[in-house]
Formats: sequence, structure tokens, C-alpha cells
Amino acid sequence: MDYLKSHIDLNELVIDMRKITKKFGDFVANDCIDLKVYKGEVHALLGENGAGKSTLMNILYGLYTPTNGEIYIKGKKVDIKNPNVAIHHGIGMVHQHFMLIKPFTVAENIILGIEPITSFYQLNMKKAIEDVEEISKKYGLYVDPRAKIEDISVSMQQRVEILKALYRGAEILILDEPTAVLTPQEIKELIQIMRNLTKQGKSILLITHKLKEIKEAADFCTIIRRGKKIDMVEVSKIDENQLAAMMVGREVNFKVHKEEKRPGKVILQIKELTVEDNRGISTVKDLNLTVQAGEVLGIAGVDGNGQTELIEAITGLRKAKSGQILIKDYDITNKTPREVFESGISNIPEDRQKHGLVLDFTVYENMILENFRKKPFSKKFKLQKENIINFSKKLIEEFDIRPKDENNLARSLSGGNQQKVIIAREVTNDPELLIAVQPTRGLDVGAIEFVHKSLVDQRNKNKAVLLVSFELDEIMSVSDRIAVIYEGKIVGIVDAKKTTENELGLMMAGGGYK
Amino acid sequence: MKQKIINETFLFTILAIVMGLLVGAVVIFISGYNPIEAYGLMIKGIFSKPKYIARTIIRATPLILTGLSVAFAFRTGLFNIGAEGQFIIGALTAALLGYFIQLPMILHVPIVFLGSVFIASLWGAMAGYMKAKFGVHEVIATIMLNWIALYTSNYIISLEKVKMPGSESSYDIQETARMSIDWFKGIVGASTKVNFGMVIAVLASILIYYILFKTTLGYELRAVGYNKDAAEYGGIHIKRNIIVSMSIAGALAGAAGAVHVMGVSYRASTLAAMEGYGFNGIAVSLIGNNSPFGVVLSSFLFGGITYGGANMQLLGIPTEVINIVIGSIVFFVAAYRIFQWITIFFNHEKPQKEDR
Ligand SMILES: Nc1ncnc2c1ncn2[C@@H]1O[C@H](COP(=O)(O)OP(=O)(O)OP(=O)(O)O)[C@@H](O)[C@H]1O
Ligand SMILES: [Mg+2]
Repeated sequence: MDYLKSHIDLNELVIDMRKITKKFGDFVANDCIDLKVYKGEVHALLGENGAGKSTLMNILYGLYTPTNGEIYIKGKKVDIKNPNVAIHHGIGMVHQHFMLIKPFTVAENIILGIEPITSFYQLNMKKAIEDVEEISKKYGLYVDPRAKIEDISVSMQQRVEILKALYRGAEILILDEPTAVLTPQEIKELIQIMRNLTKQGKSILLITHKLKEIKEAADFCTIIRRGKKIDMVEVSKIDENQLAAMMVGREVNFKVHKEEKRPGKVILQIKELTVEDNRGISTVKDLNLTVQAGEVLGIAGVDGNGQTELIEAITGLRKAKSGQILIKDYDITNKTPREVFESGISNIPEDRQKHGLVLDFTVYENMILENFRKKPFSKKFKLQKENIINFSKKLIEEFDIRPKDENNLARSLSGGNQQKVIIAREVTNDPELLIAVQPTRGLDVGAIEFVHKSLVDQRNKNKAVLLVSFELDEIMSVSDRIAVIYEGKIVGIVDAKKTTENELGLMMAGGGYK
Repeated sequence: MKQKIINETFLFTILAIVMGLLVGAVVIFISGYNPIEAYGLMIKGIFSKPKYIARTIIRATPLILTGLSVAFAFRTGLFNIGAEGQFIIGALTAALLGYFIQLPMILHVPIVFLGSVFIASLWGAMAGYMKAKFGVHEVIATIMLNWIALYTSNYIISLEKVKMPGSESSYDIQETARMSIDWFKGIVGASTKVNFGMVIAVLASILIYYILFKTTLGYELRAVGYNKDAAEYGGIHIKRNIIVSMSIAGALAGAAGAVHVMGVSYRASTLAAMEGYGFNGIAVSLIGNNSPFGVVLSSFLFGGITYGGANMQLLGIPTEVINIVIGSIVFFVAAYRIFQWITIFFNHEKPQKEDR
């Protein structure tokens, strides 16, 4: 590779967090953690779901106050009481859930709160747009300042968030799982952007669960396990397996173990399905697909080629315009979500906070979201709390959801553990067909191993699994057959054992063959 | 953990009430009166005679029911401004059924009560239907329905068959439709209209607690209230839930109207403006943290301050001061809640469990 990884200057320490401890009640989320970041560095933060990474970053950004510990910025001890203080010290943060105003334009969002004004105290939009264009050029972060947020893609929105921080003079950028929402191509672009930023002397704190990205982008990596700092390592001197082992505390198996299996009868059958998106454009066109018992069918494709609408049509959240969806010969076309569920389909939805969980419910209340009307969770109309609690305890144990307390609000769980709650619930339904959309987004390698195993277990139990993912690695290692979707059509189906990344990539770009 | 949080909410509410009373004291002081003396009179006005206690309870009764109506809807993600209109409809129905039907008491009382509750629940369901079917925001729909209820009621009362000559009211309901507790009147005097309303209100709050937190219906309703999308994903029928929730809210406020007519006023009157039982329900619900039992407590507070506070007039203090005190309490409670919401939504530091 012809580039320097970053532009680290080991003589200048910009962030020095010392012995940071954060307790929530009796629970210790951060236990005496040290973190050092140099100027021009990309510093990765690695740890399992719930290890305390976001908490540590929220402390640095002034969202939480530490129970104990000190923070030095450029050698000066600081007391970061709130985000304003953090911004004042040149710290910017891009949260995993964006905080943009959707009907506003890119420029309006970026200048929000520090708007340039004319001499008559009017908003100077012309200057705002110029400013935005200038910084976006400086760092190679191209955006259209006049576009509305609601009209631009997720990766563009992320750029807006980064620009927002830079516009406020950020020298140190915190990116909390920025790549979880991006496609592989967009991830490459983001890594390039990070490089541009470090060239200008900025430092970046990167949280990611993808070891490949750490290897590619970071200089140093701090590893956290269960709230404790395990080590800080130089990334070039360590390989992915070692990183994973340090973070989980055991060897991690990256390969999914799958025994040979002959698929059984057809479970899901989609015939000539056409679905329109919100704008009335047919994003799924005359699509045909079957999924058999005892197989994992992976749908590969670039985001936005109809995957979302296809899944929504199957699960009853979106009306099909024409065509048919059958499950074991039973027609579920345009049935309600409840009827679809009753027909034997469970779903791990793409947007866990929106569709998967009621964040203000406890974990145990979330565990019965689909089954609360059934025995043993309710009798007639009365909820059977004891049974619900016992059931939840069992799942928490089995799926290693942390912390092990069913009374916690779903909102207080870390991102990865929220996902585990959904997976536990859906897999336990033991459905004829399990649909999983991006099921490992935001999960640590240990948890990914677990999820993949759960999907394959379903298959081994002779159930059908439909997996949608933008990650080729995942599609290739878990699926038996891979269907490539392009512009609303399945352009080809290949055997997962025989195909290559190249072949899939070509098909995903529209160069498919039947 | 759970215990601690409930106590915290409770504590802050008490603190807000104290702050409200202090602001009231300052106002009384500025107006040139002695606050201690004034509050002393208020306390006396509530507790010094059994009659006063009875009247405070009578005052609190409809507030519990309208407060429950607002709280219930709120828990399910709906803002029921329509308790006022539902109250009017309940009262009107009770006056009509109570006057026109002739039945022995044992049948008449339940028929009038349940009939009024039923009609009011349909009234509430209308707003729910408009939201579910046409996407009309429930605040708009219920405000509109409040006015429709008021003018419908005024019109019907003005009809020749209904209106008592020489008055602005309907005929009194039959003796058989009244739910007064006569033996009690021996203690507190005939003018104090002791009735079974309080029993109904307390039972209603237990029932609402049970529905919300112990039944599948309540689980569904709360899930919709917190996250429509996830609820729908989980197979819960959103539109039906909105209608069910508004009809239960309507039934509760309608029960308040029925209890008022059957226990206290015995008639419905033409109104120039709304009386405020429903609107006060919003304040009661807020002070009570939208919790069924909190609503009972806050209704007593509300009833006590308005009834006992009237006693302050003996010193020459205008009744407006009472409203200032209540207003300040609501303000401080709201300020505390808003502060709490801000910490939850923006800080994420302190996710709290629902208080029940
Ligand atoms: N506000 C809170 N109240 C109570 N517990 C909390 C709160 N915030 C976080 N926690 C707990 O602290 C632990 C660390 O959470 P954190 O979000 O920092 O994890 P993370 O390392 O970012 O995980 P992930 O990779 O899943 O995002 C978790 O067990 C979480 O449940
Ligand atoms: Mg996190």
C-alpha cells in the first residue's frame, strides 16, 4: 500500500484520560481506564458489546460525569461538565444515532447554533454555504450543502455529522461505530477521509467491531474488557486473531462450522413480486425466489436495490403491488404482520431501536413482544409475570445478555446487547422461516460468532433462514445459496461454496448472468 | 432499585407541592395578608368538621375519574384534551336517562351509570377513530369534540321536554337514579351530598392499574404508547389500540360526569363555558405522574386546596390566590418532570423505569 497509515506525532499527547471510573448504581461500566491519544493519530477502541466503550467516550464528550479519574487535554487538566466544554476544548463526537434535523438542508444543519449573520443580524446563508464548501473541500468530505438531510443517504448524513464537528473547530473526533451503517465501498471512503483528517493534524478516536478496519486505519488500539483496560497495542505489530482473543478473553473462531446438509421442501416461495417504495417507484420488480427447509439463503446486494421493500412486503409491513408470497403453500400476500408471524415467520429487523424493541420497556417486557398473548405468558387476558420473568432469565443466560438482569430498561443496554435481546426472542420462536436483516451490525466478534451459530442451528434443525446482509464475508460464510439482488430483481443464484468474492461483486454491480 | 426511584419521584412531587405553597404564601403576603393565618384557615376548611372532609371528598371524586382518563390515554401515547367533552356527554346522558326512565332503584342506578359511561366511551372513541382512520391528531379532534359536546348538551337541555321551566337546567333525575348515601347525611347534613362516587372512583383507579400493568391489553397499549413501530412489528394492531384507548379514556371521563349528576347536581345545566372538570384532570394527571394511584392522591390535594382554600376568603383573600397556588404547584411538578425527561432523552444517563 502506497499511503502512510496516518500522521501520528508521538511527541504530542492530545488526550490523556487517567484512571477513569464510571458507575451506574452498583454497576461499574468503566473501571480505572487509562486512554492516551496522540496528535494525528487514529486510535481504535476495541471491546465486546457492553464493555464500556461508548460510556468512556460519553465521558470524554461531557455527556456523563466520571465517578472518578482525571482528563488531560494537551497536557492541561480539564473538567468536562457538558458537551459545550468538550467542544470548547476541540472535541467533536459523531454518535451512532445521528442527531440531524431532517427537513433542514446540509448547510443549515452544520451551522446550527453558530450561524453566520449579516451586519443586520440576518442569517447569512450565502456565507454558510461558502463555509461548508470550504471545509468540505479542505478535508475531502464532499456533500451538497443545499440538499435536505431527508433526501441524502446515511453515509452522506454521516459526513454532515463529521463536518458539523469540524465546523465547530474539532481537533479530536470521536466516531462511535461509524462503519456499522455503511456499505463496504462507503467504508473505504470513510477510511480515506480519516486519513485526510489526520494529515491536517486531527486525532480520531474510532470505535469499531471490525478488526479489519482497525488493522487498516488505526495506529494504536486500546482494548477494554468488561469495563477494564486490558492493553494498548501497536496495531501493526499484532494480527486480527490476537486482537480478538485479547478482547474476548478466549480464542475466537471466525469460520462458521457447518455440516453438509441437503435442503428439504420449499418453505418460502415468492412469485413475480412487485413492491413500490414510498415514492411510488417499483423497487422490487417481478422478483422470484424460493427458500427451502434446512438452508440459509443469503441475499447479497448493494444497499438500496430493493432489499428493504422486499423484506417489508414479506413481513406484512408494506403492501405488494402484484405477485404472490407463499409460506408452505399458504398465501401470506398482503396479510397483517400478526398473520404473517402466526404463519411461522420470525424476523430480526434491520433497525433494532425502531422496530425491534420498545426501549422504555424492561428487558423482560421486550422478550414477549410477539408472544404476550400466548401461554404461558398470559392466561386469558392476564399476564403471568412469573413465567415471563423465568423465560427471560433463561434467555439472558442462554444468549449471554449483559448485564444479567431482566429488570433493566432496554434503553440502558449497550447496542450489542440490545441486538442480543431481539435475536434471543426471535430465534426462540423456532419459526419455519427466520428472516435476519443485518443481524450482526454493531456486534463484537464473539457475539457475531454466536449469532452465526444460531442461524446455522436453525438451518440444522431443518428450518429455513433468509439472511440479508451487505457484508460479503458474512453472506459467504453463513449461506448455503446466495441470491444476488440488483435493481429489484434476483440477477443470479450461486452456491456459496463455489462462488468467489469477485464473482459476487460483479453480479452486485449489475454484471449478472442467469 | 425500583423502590428507590419511586421514592425519588414521590419526593420531588412533594417538594414541588411545598414550593407551590411557598409561592402562594409569597403572593398572599404581598397582597397584605398573613400567609400562616391563611393556610391555617385552608387546613381548617378541609379538616375541622366531618362535613368539610366529606365535601373535599365530593370535590375530589370527579377529578379522580377525569385524571385517570387523561393519565390512561397518556400512558398509551395519546393526549386526551377531550375529557371535558366526555364529561359533558356523560353528565347529559345521565340526566336524560335518570329523568325519562322509570325503574326500581336497583336497576335504575346501574342503567343510568353504565349507559352514560357507554355513550361517553363512544364519544371518546370517535376521536380515536379519527386518528386511526384519517390521521387527525387527537388533540385537534378532542378540542373540536369538546365544543360539539358543549353545544349539543346546551341544545338538548333547551328542548321543551327536557328543560325545567324557569331554569337553565334539565328536570331533576328521579329519586331512583340517585346514588346518595342517605344514612351518612345524618352525620354531615342533608346539604352535603355524600354519594357512592368516591367508591366508584377508587375502584376505577384499581381497575385501570390492573388493566395497564397486569393484562395483555395494557401491555399492548403501553407498547404502542412507547414505540408504535416496534409494536406493529410485533404484530400489535396500532389503529385498534388507539380506538380502544380513547374509548376507555372517554368512559372514565364520562363516569365522572355521571357521578356528578347522579350524586351531586341531579341535573345537567346549560353552560356558557366549560366547567373545567376535564381540563383539571390534565393537571391532576400531571401531578399524579400519570399513575393511577398518584391520580387519587393528587385529586385529594386538588380538591382539598380548592375546597379548603375557599375558606381564605374569610380573611378577604380573593379566590384567585388559590388558583395561583395550584398553578405554581403544577408548574413546579411540570418543571421537575421536564427536567427528568431532559435527562432521559438527552443525557441517556439515567434511564428510569416507569413508575406504577
Ligand atoms: N445510562 C445507563 N444506565 C445504566 N447502565 C448503563 C447506562 N449506560 C450504559 N450502561 C451499561 O454500561 C455497560 C457499558 O455500556 P456501553 O454502552 O458503554 O457499551 P459499549 O462498549 O459501547 O457496547 P456496544 O459495543 O454494544 O455499543 C453496559 O452493560 C450497559 O448496560
Ligand atoms: Mg456502544
